[in-house]
Amino acid sequence: MKSRERIKTAMIGNHAVAQAVKMARVKFIAAYPITPQTIIVERIAEMVERGEMEAEFVNVESEFAALSTTMGAAMAGVRAFTATSSHGLLYMYELTWWTAGARVPVVMAVVNRAIGPPWNIHTDHNDILTLRDSGWIIAMAENVQETFDMTIQAFKIAEDPKVMLPVAIGLEGFILSHTAEYIELPDQWEIDQFLPSRDPDKPYRFRLGEKFSIGNLGEDANHMMLRIAAMKAMYNAKKVIEESDHLYEKIIGRGYGGLVERYRLDDAKYVLLSTGAWSGTIKDAVDMLRDEGYSVGLLRLRFIRPFPTEEILKTLSGSKGVIVFDRDISLGKSGVLATEVLDYVDRDISFWGVVAGLGGVDVSSKEFASIVKGFVGEVEREGFTRRETVYYLNNEVFEI
Amino acid sequence: MNIRIRIDQIPKESYSLPGNAACQGCPHLIGLKIVGKVFRGEATLVIPAGCSSIIPGYHPYTSLDMRVVHVPFASAPAVAGGISRALKIRGENMGPVIVWAGDGATFDIGFASLSGSAVRDDDIIYIVSDNEAYMNTGVQASGSTTYGARTTTTPILGKRDRKKEIDLIMLMHKIRYVATASVAYPLDFYEKLLRASQIKGFRFIHLHSPCPPGWRFDDDKTVEIARLAVETGAWILFEYIDGRLEISPPSRPYRDKSRRKPLKEYLSAQGRFKGITEEDVKIIEEMIDQNWRLIENLMSYFK
Repeated sequence: MKSRERIKTAMIGNHAVAQAVKMARVKFIAAYPITPQTIIVERIAEMVERGEMEAEFVNVESEFAALSTTMGAAMAGVRAFTATSSHGLLYMYELTWWTAGARVPVVMAVVNRAIGPPWNIHTDHNDILTLRDSGWIIAMAENVQETFDMTIQAFKIAEDPKVMLPVAIGLEGFILSHTAEYIELPDQWEIDQFLPSRDPDKPYRFRLGEKFSIGNLGEDANHMMLRIAAMKAMYNAKKVIEESDHLYEKIIGRGYGGLVERYRLDDAKYVLLSTGAWSGTIKDAVDMLRDEGYSVGLLRLRFIRPFPTEEILKTLSGSKGVIVFDRDISLGKSGVLATEVLDYVDRDISFWGVVAGLGGVDVSSKEFASIVKGFVGEVEREGFTRRETVYYLNNEVFEI
Repeated sequence: MNIRIRIDQIPKESYSLPGNAACQGCPHLIGLKIVGKVFRGEATLVIPAGCSSIIPGYHPYTSLDMRVVHVPFASAPAVAGGISRALKIRGENMGPVIVWAGDGATFDIGFASLSGSAVRDDDIIYIVSDNEAYMNTGVQASGSTTYGARTTTTPILGKRDRKKEIDLIMLMHKIRYVATASVAYPLDFYEKLLRASQIKGFRFIHLHSPCPPGWRFDDDKTVEIARLAVETGAWILFEYIDGRLEISPPSRPYRDKSRRKPLKEYLSAQGRFKGITEEDVKIIEEMIDQNWRLIENLMSYFK
């Protein structure tokens, strides 16, 4: 860990993404505007036009074209980036699968926003979670600093020959995208040391005289083999994510621990689990609860794909109860994270899957604390509780 | 740009190989053969969903001895634009990036991508090999299907909507090169590709590609039908280059309507027009006349 003084800069999340894209020496950006993503591309366009950034910025006619063009550029060997949100992500959806299936190392910022109707520009996590099964690596940032660091690391992870998968970084609309926080920016030479320029010949060689065929028809078994190969790449990504985090910490002096962040978990009887920006609020709730003598800690998922199975298993074993906070819902089932985490919660461990904050509904640290108290109270009173889905809205925990 | 090619100047090497999965008499193969020869295999083809997704055959083999990138239906020009820009950034000096698309990908589902790419002046050659319906999925009507033609989604009455004038729409994008071509006139197509390749930016070529199973004619008649389309005036070969629009040599005689073969010769040679009413034939004829007037007027405008 380096301890030298760095100047702190106040920056909103969207500017942090743009700054990271610049410092990662991205050569190609194509994007289409959508609130709350717009500031990212406006800032990049400005930096390119001012000559502060040596890259090509292309205005396209839709998100579908944004990802198509970005994928084409990344296929042909340059470091490429795009950004979108909510409806824009859905509009480019077909290409998200193609990009991952063709193993093209695109990096995309997804500024999380609820999906309509009704129209709503505020955050929840359902947009980025539509990428869950597509082959994209999915990261969620907690704060502006992490948004910056994750964007830089995303290129390292995506372009690793053992991975070669696209990476989506979720940063929450307005809460991160439009909120200024103090962050530390590394020097350019440090980023360059962490992230050398991209090998243009991986995964495809666009060179004079060379021939290839990408995406050609094939035997069905061949299709399945490619899916299994992509799954292996996801497993490889777990290690690459950790190694990248360590290398980043070594060079730049800030590490997060890889796929998950553990917060006051060491002796915790009750484990809270979440992802994204509201994890910061949940940490405040943990502090409050700890002060009152509750034995709680938070496991924050920094990555949702690849899924941190081992880390979750390790954390949950021996715990008395688990609450998963989902700012998303899989209609007809439960919260998305709850669905996935439940696999690793023994039948005799108490569990609540709490769906809250959809469409940007704010949940304060006090409210989180009161939900946890309700849960712990029920466990202590009844000895056990298991609710796959409860909802929290208007100061009330309820089932339907 | 005065480029004239004799048949003995065309390379003998082939870049579209036998053993492919095309139907007998497939017009796309004629087109692909010419594209391969013009660029001697040194081209990157971006191919959206359609017949040409199937034609190269099964991995690990391919019948196309060129770089081929298969992409989703609506995305081809945008992907091609990305590739072309990336190669420029890298300073890779390679043959052209070419979109090889069908009419569905061009007129319908990919229309926004096509327009956007033209507006951005992506440095690509866009070729639509137009067989006037969704042939790969089994002959469903597209925005390119001719009025009156029967398809599996216009099975009894024939298509009631008119064909979109895609070339003129592309012309109005103020791109530098727009041309029509026909698989019956390979030298004309060859020359047009050569001329297009000497221009930078977005270039659009509309290749008329009669489809034996889709149009219901014998599979040894592809070239004959394509030629009839020109000789009856139903397909007009023209080229817009250097700010000038000209009717291409094979079509020039038919500016004079009296020299055109009767339209019925073209229609009656195809099963898709079987049983067409006299009234519909008149309507088609009037549409053709309208197109000629439009092209003639544009000629005097862009001269």
